[in-house]
Amino acid sequence: MALKGAARAEADRLMAAFRAAGAVAVEADILQPAEVLLDLYGEDIRGRAYVTADPIRGEMMLRPDFTVPVVQMHMAGGAEPARYCYLGEVFRKQEHLTDRKSEYFQVGYEVFDRANPVQADAEVFALFARLLAPLNLRAATGDIGILMEAVRGLKTLETRKAALLRHIWRPRRFTQLLDRFGGRSPAPEPRARLLAALASGETLTDAPLIGLRSGAEIDARLAALQEDAAAPPIAAEEVARLNDLLNLSAKSPAALTHLRDMTRDMPAIAAATDRMEARLEALSAMGVPVDDLDFEASHGRTTLEYYDGFVFSFHGPDPDLPPIASGGRYDALTEVLGQGRSIPAVGGVIRPGLVADLTEGAPC
Amino acid sequence: MLKLGIPSKGRLMEQTFDWFGARGITLRRTGSDREYAGAVEGAEGLELVLLSAGEIPRELAAGRVHLGVTGSDLVRDKLADWDRQVAELAPMGFGHADLIIAVPASWPDVDTLDDLDAAAAAFRRTHGHRLRIATKYHRLVRNFLTENGVADYQLVDSQGATEGTVKNLTAEAIADITSTGETLRANHLKILTDGLIHQSQATLYAARSADWRNGARPVLMNLSQRLGFDPNAL
Repeated sequence: MALKGAARAEADRLMAAFRAAGAVAVEADILQPAEVLLDLYGEDIRGRAYVTADPIRGEMMLRPDFTVPVVQMHMAGGAEPARYCYLGEVFRKQEHLTDRKSEYFQVGYEVFDRANPVQADAEVFALFARLLAPLNLRAATGDIGILMEAVRGLKTLETRKAALLRHIWRPRRFTQLLDRFGGRSPAPEPRARLLAALASGETLTDAPLIGLRSGAEIDARLAALQEDAAAPPIAAEEVARLNDLLNLSAKSPAALTHLRDMTRDMPAIAAATDRMEARLEALSAMGVPVDDLDFEASHGRTTLEYYDGFVFSFHGPDPDLPPIASGGRYDALTEVLGQGRSIPAVGGVIRPGLVADLTEGAPC
Repeated sequence: MLKLGIPSKGRLMEQTFDWFGARGITLRRTGSDREYAGAVEGAEGLELVLLSAGEIPRELAAGRVHLGVTGSDLVRDKLADWDRQVAELAPMGFGHADLIIAVPASWPDVDTLDDLDAAAAAFRRTHGHRLRIATKYHRLVRNFLTENGVADYQLVDSQGATEGTVKNLTAEAIADITSTGETLRANHLKILTDGLIHQSQATLYAARSADWRNGARPVLMNLSQRLGFDPNAL
């Protein structure tokens, strides 16, 4: 494991390269208000971030990433377009006995640019690929946007699509819901009883209403359940096509051809597929050998849930180690943190400590 | 010497004494009612350490006691990767309690985790914050909900009177231990049909990181025969 000094030296080198690429160096506090991060990531972040109590400011977290504070800073009045870079420690609690570090450097590069998102995707990936080239890493890419468009294009209830979209980042739950909505697995047993009771008009409960959730909210969900029960299942061909898409894993040109073929039956993904094609062209023009670039449609589905477009990661030879670098597009996050405003954004981080591990003894 | 940590008071202590007594080892408290000191008869080299049940997982993890008796819910909640820190030697058949998720009985539309997830999504849209679940078992509850794909909730800490939090508007649902369900019903709550997180009981554990040299191992081998557990579990 590289010493902190070696990691820092590598981080400084990467920072200099990001500055040379036109990014402005920014800082972020180590102590971040827990509320924003919890609201965004949910309870999972509490299992992964160090939470501490400030006597005045309440619950705080040791910075688990830079993305949120950098987006907040930009949305609070950054000029457009903007390129930022940053360097510092992030902290991740390890819930298992492991060699993985709970404190390590991240060096990041983020682009906020509405003019040409596809070009910005390519810019970030090509920059990372160039900086990491001496390490001969395996790069993997994906596009969460294609998956989201595929779900939005299903011919079924909006409520079902919304439920599937919510769980894109939880593959097991997604599959469970898709099986249910496709009529391949039955609804849980209590559901049938409830629907029967609703149909017969009997009193559902005589318990007093307690808590914040109102009677109107309960009625709305009951109505939604009845609507769902009355709606036909998602057609088997549609489910099969979606599963085919989720399992797509190939070199980028072959993946693109496959997606093109799929658009005949899934017109909803045509625009996202066009963007992928344009991105591959842009990458190629920047010197990235796209013929060898892996594309996995489900890539990025198990990360923290804010990527909603292009995603990528760079992996070392040891499959047990976390990726050396990762990143992606997070347009929706800027909307959540922008209080009414939003801007297309893409970025990524490199772990200089892992880079230093791989370059130890080798000439830099 | 082998140190055995057991709960220092209440029914859990008495039932632990009974369990060991039935196997020929007499444990008792010594001195005044208020003094936390204990004595052992019928087992050579065994030293009794009286501790709060809630602290026994930590003492085991640190290896300050070799063996400990406490609820399996506490071990699983307080220790990350619990089975790599302690070995489960013997479930003891008492102190039964179920850690469950309960919601208001006035929610006819929520009976399963699936429903809870859907209700949480709608609740967040309506109220602008996540659906709150009051509990003191943070790790167990979070892992359970993550495994089951429930999103849009948040845990709020509740160290007691958890069943009252919904009525008091500090939570929308709870995750707590129950044995008969009486308190839940009295507070107008119902258990989700698939909301059983863990069935807890008093359990004898061994600390993997304790110092097992200097005579502790032979005491363990002797105990394993009399108490009927597999010493190789350690």
